[in-house]
Amino acid sequence: MIRGFSLGDVWLLILAARWTVLLSAVAFLGGGVVGLVVAVLRTAPVRPLRWAMSGYVQLFQGTPLLLQLFVVFFGANLLGFTVDPWSAAALGLTLYTSAFLGETWRGSIEAVPVTQWEAGRSLALSYGQQLRLIILPQACRIALPPTTGFLVQVVKSTSLTSVIGFVELTRTGQLVNNATYRPLLVFGVVGGIYFVLCWPLSLTSQFLERRLDLRRPRRRRRGHR
Amino acid sequence: MDYVFQFGTVWQDWPLLLHGLWATIRLSALAMVLGLAIGVAGAWGDTEGPPALQWPIRAYVELIRNTPFLVQLLVIYLGLPEIGVRFDPDAAALVALTVNLGAYAIEIVRAGIEAVPEGQTEAGLALGLHPFQVFCLIVIRPALRAVYPALASQFILLMLGTSIVSVIGAEELTAAANSIQARTFRAFEIYFTVLALYLALSLAFRVAFAAAGRLILARVP
Repeated sequence: MIRGFSLGDVWLLILAARWTVLLSAVAFLGGGVVGLVVAVLRTAPVRPLRWAMSGYVQLFQGTPLLLQLFVVFFGANLLGFTVDPWSAAALGLTLYTSAFLGETWRGSIEAVPVTQWEAGRSLALSYGQQLRLIILPQACRIALPPTTGFLVQVVKSTSLTSVIGFVELTRTGQLVNNATYRPLLVFGVVGGIYFVLCWPLSLTSQFLERRLDLRRPRRRRRGHR
Repeated sequence: MDYVFQFGTVWQDWPLLLHGLWATIRLSALAMVLGLAIGVAGAWGDTEGPPALQWPIRAYVELIRNTPFLVQLLVIYLGLPEIGVRFDPDAAALVALTVNLGAYAIEIVRAGIEAVPEGQTEAGLALGLHPFQVFCLIVIRPALRAVYPALASQFILLMLGTSIVSVIGAEELTAAANSIQARTFRAFEIYFTVLALYLALSLAFRVAFAAAGRLILARVP
């Protein structure tokens, strides 16, 4: 049965965006925790750990997210867990996000001058103390703009979970389209909602990037005072 | 766990997989060429073009970069027929991939153009070249060279993104996997195999881009 596209449908789509936001938040927080571990191990002074984490990142950055979701979804079922699309989506996106954030944050940790590590060591700080007290606070500042930018990527990626049957914004769009058959209008609205979610994040990322550039300490002139 | 893995059933269908793999490579390569063309043309319009050209380009870039590829694909494949523009799945996939890559390529190439020192442009103009000649003969080559690594990783992201066009039934590797899965019900085995194929493909692309970079960029002055 085909019915008209009404304001009620727009409201339905806006409500469905809650699931997109929630899934993005879960993936970002979960991916952030795992990603921090990945980044720290990736820069650790233990070679096998670095290799293992490099492989982990390669695996998730070198394969399509859609296939990762399929493998998580069907693989977990094989292992005897009955996974619903929500858990599979959350787990798949968390792993994917952790690999990208881990790689970004590794870059941020490595961007902190090595002399900072040496200064910490000369003060007899342990590796953990050097990392926690000296390196990470500085790395955080460097990591902030790309991390905000990647959040846009996370929000957009959640649309793929519609394929494994998680009913978020895109899936709701498909359902509304099946009922109303106004695809241009429906997916136009869906795209518009994604844009409203992502655009402010993109702008924030650009703003942070510019500010970081301005605040980067200038090299002090030698022999000054 | 009492599941018996049967990768054999998957390998019986290797001609289908090979066919899908080739379709993925072809689709990616076509989209890369067309997307890069949009990238160069758009970056020219954005940096040198008249203001009337600049804001539509900015709008295009921001619109594409802030919406999911899947939604763009559905708009092109399902939405455009409503206003009389009809594509078959393969054509819709290529158009969507090109439109998507084009936006990212514009941003990347623009960054490259901005990295070329102003003095180069001024030198060209002082020699009496037309601004368009300055762009084609002087600016674009060092610009592309500067952003080649960023372009290469964007190309690899695009190749991975082609898996999404299986949603509308376009022919490529993930669609081949879906059809094998529908027939054999060996979902995990087939998707795991295809995951490995994509991993191999992205490593191969990375090696190929690095080699091409060394070959081309080293020779072109």
